[in-house]
Amino acid sequence: MAIIETRALAKSYGKIQAVRGIDLSIEKGEIFGLLGPNGAGKTTTIGMLCTILRPSSGSASIAGYDIVNKPAEVRRNVGIVFQDLTLDTILTGIENLELHARLYGIPSVIRKARIEEMLDLVDLKDRAHDITRTYSGGMRRRLELVRGLLHRPAVLFLDEPTLGLDPQTRARIWDYIKKMAENEGITVVLTTHYMEEAEQVCDRVGIIDYGRIIALGTPEELKDSLGGYMVVMRVNDPPLDTLRGLPYVSGVALNGGMVEITMKEAHLHLPDLLSRIRNVESVETRAPTLNDVFIKLTGRDIREEYTEDTGGWVESAARYRQRGN
Amino acid sequence: MNPRLVIAREGIDLMHEGHFKRELRGIYAVWWREFKIFQREKSRVVASVVQPLLWLFLFGSGVGASFSVGGVNYRDYIYPGILSMSVLFGSVFFGLYIIWDRKIDVLKAVLVAPVSRVSIFFGKVLGGCTDIIIQVLILFAFSFLFPAVNLWGIPLALGILLITAIAMVSLGLAIGSLFESLEGFQLVATFVVFPLFFLSGALFPVDERLPIWLQGAVKLNPLTYTVDGVRYALLGLNNFPLYVDIGIIVVFALLMIIMGSILFSRMK
Ligand SMILES: Nc1ncnc2c1ncn2[C@@H]1O[C@H](COP(=O)(O)OP(=O)(O)O)[C@@H](O)[C@H]1O
Ligand SMILES: [Mg+2]
Repeated sequence: MAIIETRALAKSYGKIQAVRGIDLSIEKGEIFGLLGPNGAGKTTTIGMLCTILRPSSGSASIAGYDIVNKPAEVRRNVGIVFQDLTLDTILTGIENLELHARLYGIPSVIRKARIEEMLDLVDLKDRAHDITRTYSGGMRRRLELVRGLLHRPAVLFLDEPTLGLDPQTRARIWDYIKKMAENEGITVVLTTHYMEEAEQVCDRVGIIDYGRIIALGTPEELKDSLGGYMVVMRVNDPPLDTLRGLPYVSGVALNGGMVEITMKEAHLHLPDLLSRIRNVESVETRAPTLNDVFIKLTGRDIREEYTEDTGGWVESAARYRQRGN
Repeated sequence: MNPRLVIAREGIDLMHEGHFKRELRGIYAVWWREFKIFQREKSRVVASVVQPLLWLFLFGSGVGASFSVGGVNYRDYIYPGILSMSVLFGSVFFGLYIIWDRKIDVLKAVLVAPVSRVSIFFGKVLGGCTDIIIQVLILFAFSFLFPAVNLWGIPLALGILLITAIAMVSLGLAIGSLFESLEGFQLVATFVVFPLFFLSGALFPVDERLPIWLQGAVKLNPLTYTVDGVRYALLGLNNFPLYVDIGIIVVFALLMIIMGSILFSRMK
């Protein structure tokens, strides 16, 4: 049996249907990515699976335990890294882990060794005794990652683990996530809207939009489903209708002044394509990305959709003074 | 031995571990966190001790120069009242801090642990009481400055103040569970904490000289019985029998624990 099973899992907040019936089956050891724009229902889905939120309908189980009937067992089997940072910034790094170890009942004989192992995993050993208020954003994330892992959950949930970090720090966080998953042999479910990053980390992804899974598969499968290559051109006044009518073209989209054409066997058909368009300023071909898959499925661009809720994030960074002293 | 093997086996043991032990461990964990923070915030402890002492010496000495109550110097007379005040303020505001904890999300990670809400509530109550009792003990260390105080009465006074602390931390947590914004602080301070203090007999004797409405309000205030009990323990002065004081405080504490644990468990 799969380690996570959901059946028509749904959640409404009054009239808002945040999640509209999700069926998923995630196998042990997978790194599964839930990708989608802001407000798609990612956080709500994770909240239900961690027993923080009660589903409005449908059911789900983790490691064989029903999330509604066996919440204590589910909680013991999951670790979670929240979208907003939740470290106790008045405690040191090691104290944060110690608190977590005590809450999860990790016996004192192994607590210390386990905490050291975790700090080592994310290279935080030399800052372990500093108050976490003095940590950078990336360091806080790393500490949260291993805090979620400390009690050896069967499933680790990561909600937007790289949100609000600069690209270099994001790349490092992904490296740590891959390393953790390998070391600990656990199942990871993560959400993100950085499609390119998810592509590199996830074994399988589900694209979620308006509370529904609209595509599911390995990143390769999803990209292959687009049928071919992307040709990106800068053109004045592109003849969109002509392009859409061509037999070898499977999709045409406008993206910030660029025309993005999905086509089969670009190497054969490109000369013909170019002969039909005047005023081509530049041409480039590339392999499709998951973002192209999203555009194809929804007609929208996730990168533009994502009015990155830095508002929330900046605010939470600013809130890093505890107890208003 | 390979730590992973150990933890795997322990993990299995944990699954069979009794509910009761698991919850006790959760209570201890939350208490541990609160105590760490208490140790770290020395300035808060200093403020919470200096403020009542200032009351006693500035207010008590100023007013006390002109009169005494029941044969006791006014400054000594209000010592039990000021002790009760510092327990009231410290406890309710400790409880209310969960509004802040929630705002900065530190509670989220605790609430998702395999520990019941009620245990987290009790851990918080114990943590708050520990802070308060340490502050009270520091204030007791100054009791030699108040000649009328009977030092043998301190254990009884401490017991009464502890029960009051349990009640008031629970009250703070209960109210804190209802508020999402920090404006709650100001509201509670104005409409709960200050009335409880001023209507408690902490600063004046409760007798027939008070207007009738004020007498009624004072008698409905649970803190009145704390002040009365502590005043009896330390000064031998009282308006109500000791068993009435203790009975009312204990019942009030039980009600607050029940109300607090229900509201905390329902908190979104
Ligand atoms: N507590 C709540 N009350 C009302 N609506 C909510 C609440 N939480 C989330 N929503 C709504 O549910 C939808 C899904 O939100 P969320 O799961 O946070 O999306 P995501 O994590 O994919 O950005 C959004 O429309 C959001 O506004
Ligand atoms: Mg989210």
